[in-house]
Amino acid sequence: MTGARRRERWREGWRELRRYPSALLGLAIIAALVALALATPIAIPYGEALAKWRGSEAWQRNPVNAAPVWLDRLTGGDAPRTLVIESETATVEERAFAGGRRLRIPLAFDFEAGGFPSELNLFLRAPGHAQPPFARLTWLTPDGRELALGGYRIGPRERISLSQDRALERRLGGLVPHIGLLAEPGGAAAPDAEPRVLPGRYTLRLDVLVFDEAAAFDAELVLYGRVHGIAGTDHQRRDLSLALMWGTPVALAFGLLAAVGTTVTTLVIAAVGVWYRGWVDATIQRLTEINMILPILPILVMVGTLYSTSIWLMLGVVVVLGIFSAGIKMYRAMLLPIREAPYIEAAQAYGASNSRIVLRYLIPRILPVLIPTFVTLIPTFVFLEASLAVLGLGDPLLPTWGKVLNDAQSQSALYNGYYYWVVSPAVLLMLTGLGFAMLGFALDRVFNPRLRSL
Amino acid sequence: MRARQAATVPPPSSRRGRWRDLRRLLLYTVKRLLALFVTVLVGVYLTIIIANMGGQVDDLRRVQIRSEAAEAVRADPAFQDMPAEERNALIERQVALEVERLRLDEPFLVRSVDYLQQALRLDLGRAEQMHSDRGSRDVYDIIVERLPATLLLFGTANLLVFFVSVFVALFLSRRYGSALDRSVVALAPTSAAPGWFYGIFLILVFAFVAPLLPAGGMVAVPPPEDGWAYGASVVRHMLLPVTAMFLSQIFISIYSWRTFFLIHASEDYVEMARAKGLPSQLIERRYILRPTLSPIVTSFLLMLIGLWSGAIILEQVFNWPGLGSLLFRAIGFRDTPVIIGGVVIFAYLLAATVFLLDLLYALLDPRVRLGGGPQ
Repeated sequence: MTGARRRERWREGWRELRRYPSALLGLAIIAALVALALATPIAIPYGEALAKWRGSEAWQRNPVNAAPVWLDRLTGGDAPRTLVIESETATVEERAFAGGRRLRIPLAFDFEAGGFPSELNLFLRAPGHAQPPFARLTWLTPDGRELALGGYRIGPRERISLSQDRALERRLGGLVPHIGLLAEPGGAAAPDAEPRVLPGRYTLRLDVLVFDEAAAFDAELVLYGRVHGIAGTDHQRRDLSLALMWGTPVALAFGLLAAVGTTVTTLVIAAVGVWYRGWVDATIQRLTEINMILPILPILVMVGTLYSTSIWLMLGVVVVLGIFSAGIKMYRAMLLPIREAPYIEAAQAYGASNSRIVLRYLIPRILPVLIPTFVTLIPTFVFLEASLAVLGLGDPLLPTWGKVLNDAQSQSALYNGYYYWVVSPAVLLMLTGLGFAMLGFALDRVFNPRLRSL
Repeated sequence: MRARQAATVPPPSSRRGRWRDLRRLLLYTVKRLLALFVTVLVGVYLTIIIANMGGQVDDLRRVQIRSEAAEAVRADPAFQDMPAEERNALIERQVALEVERLRLDEPFLVRSVDYLQQALRLDLGRAEQMHSDRGSRDVYDIIVERLPATLLLFGTANLLVFFVSVFVALFLSRRYGSALDRSVVALAPTSAAPGWFYGIFLILVFAFVAPLLPAGGMVAVPPPEDGWAYGASVVRHMLLPVTAMFLSQIFISIYSWRTFFLIHASEDYVEMARAKGLPSQLIERRYILRPTLSPIVTSFLLMLIGLWSGAIILEQVFNWPGLGSLLFRAIGFRDTPVIIGGVVIFAYLLAATVFLLDLLYALLDPRVRLGGGPQ
């Protein structure tokens, strides 16, 4: 077959393929996923993604288990986003006295959202102080009330969890501080009534005694929202969009490599068996039968438990177990008649070597039939990776879709109503599966002459 | 040709013919059984090699021996008054004896053969952490206890998928090109997702958004006393997992059967039957189904093979007390003997399925009965 003719055949295939809307839709989905997979490592480098996902300071300002913003807005909600008020933006009154300074830092913010925040934390940093500073907190509400929140001695890095303040909770009439501090007064009179947000300008005033002339002091008030970003957060305050984004290249790479690894080796081995016949073929046949007996998933589980759950090891095992798969029997049946074709005889007559015949004459003939199988195999492996992760055998470092699902399951996300946590990785998995499957099915009809008329 | 032969040579009596068939069938069965036995042998041996590569099993057994020896010495009133050093020395001696008895000091290659025959006799050893619901710590008991639950769930779902898809496919192949046919073809790619994946959504919708069905488990807690109520509860719990498996399998199944039947429905002999004006029921039964019976059975059993291992996660998602969730719990406990035992049992189940396949082949395919086997 000459190059020009082959090109012509591919072009014809493409023309044929364009007739299937499902193939075009599948191609569009795959293109979008590939684009996302290529963009992700550029936006968030590999090392950074791993370090962040392992859990770090970076997530401190994120709420726990917050839903995606768009989900809340679509359902007509007005849940608060996270508000961070930093002392750098506030106008600090400073008065010096003998042996120190007195700072008055008003952390003011407008609160207009339709719901209460999920948590209230104050982060204070006072590095390089010989004697720890002392801060007194006062909460000012829009209707002019003043609440003393107590005094704290400030270490170099201090985190004051106002939400955890049980004494404050009792003073607010049994309302948790992140609700009670922002609620309309009078809730205590009617304890059954649902507390309502009092909108307006709130101020957390810090009166700080600093026993140092120069050392820095800054404060940060965080009102954790109930919604966060485009994907929400998980139980460790991690932004799910990181895992969802990084899951794309991982899933595609795993699916593609596993599909390439299994189909190509299987095909070559089948061709070798068909060409050499005799004991080579017999050995390959027996190995295939043994491999059919070996249960893939339990073996993967065993390898993951006993050795390592690294995704690359899993990939290796999948490929090794996939080499002698049932596909060999199928390719063998296809190759047997080709072996007797006159053009093979011609090749032998001109003195082509065995490897040349296998690689250049036998295999290319059934490649078109192989392509649809190959495309439909990719999602199988993507789901296999997710399955392993759901079993708790996900890669220890890489964030993947399956690991997000596993986290969600171990935290009973469905029971707790965090549907977004399960649905978003599941939708991405489904999109990948559908994209490749739709393309594969259309390709099957294009390349498989028996199906073309059906 | 054959008619003339029959006229000249007296036909062999039907009894002799059947006897010959039976003998060939028996020979074939024995041959296949032997081949499968060798296959299982190699498969299980490979499993053992994989499981031992980290020296896991050996370490395990040493630990087990040590703890057993220590327990025996401590429990024996005769050694109660012994000083600690002396008692430790005694334990060491016991351990050394036991290690020698179990030949743990011998090279692995020799012992792996030993493990192999133990595994083949289903002597799977004792679990480290887990025990069966009856309290047995034998891996064999733990696994056998879970087997019926798995068989119930997957048997039901697979039979359902198989029969529904074959009949719907027959129906569709008659109405090829209709709106229903096109929609099934369009839905076929949805089978790219495995059952557990649909399971998550089914749980979300039917157990949490609209709480109609239980989210997991096999029977209500506490289990109903009455036999009928018990059965009803199991059925209620089975509904969602079976639906999940059904959804993930049915469209691709229908699609492939439909294509298969369409290809066979365009064979010349079927056209001939149609031209003769035979009723379509008869054409379906005698001209399409009969010659395609062996591929149908093959694909049914291949589907079973595929689903044996796919079961693990579905069971886990639905908290179904079967082999899969057992394996999952074993992972949690890092209970190696249970995991290896599970793999061995899976290998046996697969081998049994393959054997059944061969046997059915022999019964259905006259070439096997008369010739040397399927080529």
